[in-house]
Amino acid sequence: MLTLILQSLVDGILMGGIYGLVAIGLTLIFGVMKIINFAQGALLMLGMYISYWSFIYLGINPYLSIPLSAISLFFIGALIQKTILSKMLNAPEHNQLLVTLGIMLVIENLALILWSPDFRSVKLDGFIQTLNIGGIGVNVPKLIAFIAAIVLSIALFLFLKKTMLGKAIRATSINRNGALLSGINTNRINYIAFGLGASLAAIAGSLITPFFYTSPTVGATFILKGFVVVVLGGLGNFIGAIIGGLIIGVSEALGGAFLPGSLKELMTYIIFVIVLMAKPNGLFGGKAR
Amino acid sequence: MELLKIEGLTKRFAGLVAVNNVSLTLNKGEIVGLVGPNGAGKTTLFHSVCGFHKPEEGSVTYKGKELIGNKPEHICKEGIARTFQIVQPFGNLTVLENVIVGAFNRVKSYKEAERLALEKLDLIGISSFAYSRMKDLTFPYQKKVEVARALATSPEVLFLDEVMSGLNPSEVNEFIELIKHIRASGISIFFIEHLMSAVMALSDRLAVMHLGEKIADGDPQEVMKIPTVIEAYLGEEVS
Amino acid sequence: MKKSPILITLALVVFAIFPLVVKDQYYMHIAILILYYALVSQAWNILSGYSGQFSFGHAAFFGTGAYTSSILFTKLGMSPWIGLIIGAVIAAVIGLFIGYLSFRFKLRGVFFSLGTLAFAEILRIIIQNFDVFNKTLGVLIPYKPDPLMFQFSSRTTYYYIILIFAIAVTALVYYISRSKLGYNLVAIRENEDAAQSLGVNTYKNKMIAIAISASLTAIGGTFYAQYMLFIEPATTFSNDVSINILLPAIIGGAGTVLGPIVGSLIIIPIGELTTTWFGNFVGVNLMAYGVILILVMLYLPEGIVGWFQNKFGKKKSAKKNKDSSISGGEEVGTLKN
Repeated sequence: MLTLILQSLVDGILMGGIYGLVAIGLTLIFGVMKIINFAQGALLMLGMYISYWSFIYLGINPYLSIPLSAISLFFIGALIQKTILSKMLNAPEHNQLLVTLGIMLVIENLALILWSPDFRSVKLDGFIQTLNIGGIGVNVPKLIAFIAAIVLSIALFLFLKKTMLGKAIRATSINRNGALLSGINTNRINYIAFGLGASLAAIAGSLITPFFYTSPTVGATFILKGFVVVVLGGLGNFIGAIIGGLIIGVSEALGGAFLPGSLKELMTYIIFVIVLMAKPNGLFGGKAR
Repeated sequence: MELLKIEGLTKRFAGLVAVNNVSLTLNKGEIVGLVGPNGAGKTTLFHSVCGFHKPEEGSVTYKGKELIGNKPEHICKEGIARTFQIVQPFGNLTVLENVIVGAFNRVKSYKEAERLALEKLDLIGISSFAYSRMKDLTFPYQKKVEVARALATSPEVLFLDEVMSGLNPSEVNEFIELIKHIRASGISIFFIEHLMSAVMALSDRLAVMHLGEKIADGDPQEVMKIPTVIEAYLGEEVS
Repeated sequence: MKKSPILITLALVVFAIFPLVVKDQYYMHIAILILYYALVSQAWNILSGYSGQFSFGHAAFFGTGAYTSSILFTKLGMSPWIGLIIGAVIAAVIGLFIGYLSFRFKLRGVFFSLGTLAFAEILRIIIQNFDVFNKTLGVLIPYKPDPLMFQFSSRTTYYYIILIFAIAVTALVYYISRSKLGYNLVAIRENEDAAQSLGVNTYKNKMIAIAISASLTAIGGTFYAQYMLFIEPATTFSNDVSINILLPAIIGGAGTVLGPIVGSLIIIPIGELTTTWFGNFVGVNLMAYGVILILVMLYLPEGIVGWFQNKFGKKKSAKKNKDSSISGGEEVGTLKN
């Protein structure tokens, strides 16, 4: 019993890190542009495919193709921002949500057309899959993804705090007009923010490729959890996103251990609804509303 | 006859006292002006009476009935209508549609509501804009529509929050006549205004607020001679 | 203005005689789909288009309608006509529950959208985990043509039934749009504070809107079940369903009476044609929807009918303004841009 709980906790925390990583991209985009990006899951899916095809055709280990997927998605993100979202910044918020929904539909279904709905997976040879620590199995790819998620979050946090560009991004997220008046090119900040958000999704995608099936619709699984996590952590709150991710990961894993069938998924949404009602600004406060 | 009675009303925001122990009355058929420097708490007082803020202390009675704790829509139903300092338009609707929303406060059928709304637009002198979109109007005109919209709810008391800002002198004079006309139709008026010429021309009684407190209340000419009132306005342009 | 009654009559005639002219079953099927999407999107329109509470989870109500009538029919032999009513009532109750939680706790904007999305997911998960709903297997509805059992031997009958439903709901929306309720809802959408200051009980009106919207969507769900004769969680409760429900209204013009119909007339044929032409590519229709959605958001953010009304309405207003000028002109009060 105790082992089961501990095992679930470990699984949940590892998975929670990934959710947090997905959510950080969402929260960054929201923080700067006040747009909730429905297409975040689709961008993650593109990251997965980049790693998958690199592995299949070039034999590149998914961990090594992370820079490729991150950079590719940065440009795809900036392109989406330039061609579509930059024209939507003053639109009603539900129209912004709908336009990202449209982007999601296009990307997902394009992937479906190009790569068929097959579930694909990467098998890494000569790679330890599970570590056994005191009777508790730790999935190595998940552990790597978790550690990467934490490192990336810290790196992003430092980037925003310490660098000029990071400060400009934060300034824009706090007060767009003020930032503009202080000579910050807020349009450029938008490209960078959306590009970075897309990159983060792509990195998350590449990191999960070794243990998660790759398919055109895989993003849907993550985008809904991503929404839950960002609202939980407070929209625009980075640390909140990671903690929110962990909460969702753990509650889902515990739910999986004790609830029959797929009822574990219920945990996520019930937590979501409760948080929406009780603390719409998230558990740790955020920039929402 | 006392229509509206505010007693000891206090409203705080996170420790800051925006309105401090203010008492005021509005009698039937009266026009009461409310002036004071920016940040004196005038609009907060309006919001508190109209149900948009919940004051911490005090009472507001209307025809002997307690209003505090009621929602804005109930206060409108009771017969108090208002305009907003910062316009709150239904931007995508036409001017006529804006006013029809107000008219539906009392009437049930569309025909009646439309008739009432057109009548109010005519009264305010903006019928020519009836079919323009609200968001295409300039700010002073949006304020006029708000007056028409409030009147369409068939109120007994009308709260006006700086309706004359942005109007040119001849429009101000028209508006002064209009407000007198509204009062003549039996509606009591409580208004916030910075434009002193309008305040002096309209007010039967004048209240002055400063830093959340009411510092004077009485005959407009007399009130403007009170040293504390003059002091409150020092440095503040009296236009 | 005098043109629209003629146009509407003409459209009604075209719809009415369509089955007499077109015998091809495939085109009949597309026509049924158009009307059926017009119906559910019109239902969505009441809550989201008019009162501005953007639901991304109407699958919750749709699925409720589909499952209620189908379960009652397959397990108890109850006529789906009765199931339709029960489903509509249950959906209204669920809608009121969601509305209570959302509106009492002042969920606004995207938070309401995400909340409704979550509610639909919750219902889907529940359906998938209980035997009484056949879990993920879905419900196969036995086909025994009997009008009393909402089953017909001819597609034409389905066509006329959904035509009547769609017309009735559109007529209802037209009626609402000119009523006190409609004005209250639109006022809430545009500015809640101002609406309240004019005596509009925002909570009550939103609750009425969600109840009507939910029950009408459920009726669409029952029709879908009886027409397709098979339902499963993925085709009734999933996000795709919610998206399909809102698309016609968004494309055609949310908050307009004819928007859902115009939108449905445009996107359903496009979806079907792309599927026919590029049948080998699964998802090509949804990709087309995505492209249309992006283009509409960029260039016609108020939808086709909304755009048309603006353009047409401007001319009308200029004319009317001239007719009834009392004081001032358009130059004085309106911004020239």
